[in-house]
Amino acid sequence: MKPKKVYEKQPDSFKFSDKNLEIAENILKKYPKERKKSAVMPLLYLVQRQNENWIPLAAMKYIAKYLSIPYISVYEVATFYSMYNLSPVGKYFVQVCTTSPCLLRGANKIVDICKKNISSNQSQVTKNKLCSWTEVECLGACVNAPMMQINESYYEDLDEQDANKIIKSLLEDKPLKSGSYRNRKNTAPENLNNLNGGKIA
Amino acid sequence: MPKITINGKELEFKNGMTVLQACELADVEIPRFCYHEKLSIAGNCRMCLVEMEKSPKPIASCAMPAAEGMNIKTNTKLVEKARKGVMEFLLANHPLDCPVCDQGGECDLQDQSLYYGFDKSRFNENKRTVRDKYMGPLIKTQMTRCIHCTRCIRFATEVAGVPEIGAIGRGENMEITTYLEKSMESELSANVIDLCPVGALTSKPYAFEARPWELKKTESIDVMDAVGSNIRIDTYGWEVKRILPRLNNEINEEWISDKTRYACDGLLKQRLDEPFIRKNGKLIKSNWDEALDLISNKIKNIRPEKMAGHVGDLVSLESIFSFKNFLTDLKIENFDFREREMYLNSSDKINYLFNSSIQGIEESDLILLVGCNPRHEATMVNARIRKVYANRKIPVYSIGNPGDLTYEYNIIGENTDVLRDIIKGQNSFSKKLLSSKKPIIIIGETALELKSGAYIFEELKEFLRENNLINDNWNAFNILAKNASTVGAIDLKFFNIKENNNFIFFDKLKNNEFELIYLLGSDNLRFNKNDTFVIYQGSHGDRGAENADVILPSPAYTEQNGLYINLEGRVQECRKASYPPGNSLEDWKIFNLILDKLEKELKNKNYQKIKELTLNNIVNFSKIDSISKNKITINKKKECDFIHEKIEIKKIDYYFSNSIARASKTMSDCRAIVSKQFKNGTTI
Repeated sequence: MKPKKVYEKQPDSFKFSDKNLEIAENILKKYPKERKKSAVMPLLYLVQRQNENWIPLAAMKYIAKYLSIPYISVYEVATFYSMYNLSPVGKYFVQVCTTSPCLLRGANKIVDICKKNISSNQSQVTKNKLCSWTEVECLGACVNAPMMQINESYYEDLDEQDANKIIKSLLEDKPLKSGSYRNRKNTAPENLNNLNGGKIA
Repeated sequence: MPKITINGKELEFKNGMTVLQACELADVEIPRFCYHEKLSIAGNCRMCLVEMEKSPKPIASCAMPAAEGMNIKTNTKLVEKARKGVMEFLLANHPLDCPVCDQGGECDLQDQSLYYGFDKSRFNENKRTVRDKYMGPLIKTQMTRCIHCTRCIRFATEVAGVPEIGAIGRGENMEITTYLEKSMESELSANVIDLCPVGALTSKPYAFEARPWELKKTESIDVMDAVGSNIRIDTYGWEVKRILPRLNNEINEEWISDKTRYACDGLLKQRLDEPFIRKNGKLIKSNWDEALDLISNKIKNIRPEKMAGHVGDLVSLESIFSFKNFLTDLKIENFDFREREMYLNSSDKINYLFNSSIQGIEESDLILLVGCNPRHEATMVNARIRKVYANRKIPVYSIGNPGDLTYEYNIIGENTDVLRDIIKGQNSFSKKLLSSKKPIIIIGETALELKSGAYIFEELKEFLRENNLINDNWNAFNILAKNASTVGAIDLKFFNIKENNNFIFFDKLKNNEFELIYLLGSDNLRFNKNDTFVIYQGSHGDRGAENADVILPSPAYTEQNGLYINLEGRVQECRKASYPPGNSLEDWKIFNLILDKLEKELKNKNYQKIKELTLNNIVNFSKIDSISKNKITINKKKECDFIHEKIEIKKIDYYFSNSIARASKTMSDCRAIVSKQFKNGTTI
């Protein structure tokens, strides 16, 4: 995995919204007072949700102050975990799984589609700021390979056509529904008779 | 005590020890990179793997607590294989640039690869490279060489108290960095160079200067402040190439301040190598005969009351002693060592020492700073206070605002009134102070320089004595001396004080009563020169020499043997590491030459005798390198005037505090950066 780049154009300040401040207070309650620095991870995630799915440096400083820990400790955590975005992503953030099972089932074709339709480089936002994509390691949905995650939803059992349709729908800001694209129910087996001889839905 | 078996040998260990420490007890050396005695345990280098019976895998001995009945083996095939494996991974990405690396010859990785390294690499991929980071004028970085032991991160966070270094990214992409690409804001920053087990962090001023095996090493004492840190001076020919710390748990542990370490390039610049004489307003190079003739003629023609002597901040005991003898031989009574009017009561030895001792700080349960900034006045004392603060969270209070001290403290007040209230028990702090068992009160020179300095000193001491905080077991009363020569000068009674007047020398100086002033390495004394004939004897052409009519060159602290007393009252030996430039002469020889010209009898004709006599004259001296117990006598209480004043702690020009530091390029670089950050407001 390549190291994450910190975005050049940083906002000057960051503040939790009133609603998120309340959530943050509740998060703090989960930890003993003298160990409140443990809350750094959920708080970073909260920032990411408030700030269009990425974490600016100002927010890291804000959290450092909020938890009274050194700024560098927050920075270390934010750069360590791959799911914290340090530069802006599109409104629809596509994460394509390219670990072995997905790759065997044709994930590289989905990657090609992303390259063609969204941007030739990873983490590059389209001009209309609707979409960006990146390759990720296993998302734990190997049974439904190949798959991708768009924002917080999984799109599974894809083939080239489905992927193409989904990406195009994103670019038009009319996202298709998530879930299996072969009408499977969760991870249930396909084309198998049930004990009574009937088909499993 | 519990027992552990190491390589078949059974031995006892203390509870709380790690396996690695127990192995050291058994004289078994364990290779390590990340483990360091003075830092917290990280356990991430895996070099210290040992075999433990009943454990399926080798264990990291630095992080494993030793337990009763453990059976540890360190010389088995498994251990060797494990360490070789770790070493191969470390070397996979480590560049093979030892020939151009400054760490070469004293590199842990180099040494250990001799035992555990393979002769060739099986790593066929490209080696990783990492962009070098900017860490200020002292630390040169070559981050590709980094093996991620995180010692520097732990040092900055735990010891220096400036959490500015961190590890970003993960796995192969992990990098050590300071977040703003700026220098570390600490007076201890350069210690990370010693800590770095590889050549990732090396010394910038020392870059490509010498190899460790070419250097002559001399164990000595630092004189940049009154702490007397133990140092090792590395010289190449005449030049002092670098200064490194020596382990002394009673004083500096394993660290030294940046000034101690890097002011040494000032020893090569601005040096006085020949006698100079002022002719028509200009200082002209001269020779000893001419200079001595001029001085002896002047001395002959001026009455002793009109002459004065002053010693500077870096002068050794022997020099002070022979200077005092020289002055008394000439019947001169006006001499002093103080740079400003500072209250002094030398009747008792505990009156001018850091009585709790530096190691004693670790036992204390409350610290009160009175008008001092230990971070700049005695960096290693501050490091020790921070250590106690970090370990036990003891409360630290201050009267006067010293600024950032790298730990949290409460300012009780900024006026002398607060102190009076505490002494009279009218402040809520008195209760806290009296209920603590081992408090430490540190009085800085700033407080003693106040008009009510005498009041603060006498009343505070009396207050502590009455409340039994000055007793044979614990002495809470501490004076923080600023200069290396201060305690020695007081011990040798190098001052002119009468019962009713503490500042005879300064009063006469202000009234321009002196026709001749003899400055011995004294650069920080301010006075109006007018027609006064000024003799400057010292090593550097600095503030003192600027005003002088005659300059006599003498060696710096690395170039002559000398004794120093540190602020705890510990007598230590500073040893000669190199030779002074040009025609410099030792201080005592110069005094003898002048006396000879004046046809006086020479009492002390060799160094050994002077040293012996000096030691005899030290109050309550027992042994070199140790503190002697001082008797506590009860003197009649002096009545002193109280004056309402603000205790303003002056900002010390830390990197420019003495003539050697002022001549040093490295120190002026550091100073420029600090003042720039101060102006930009980027200081945090």
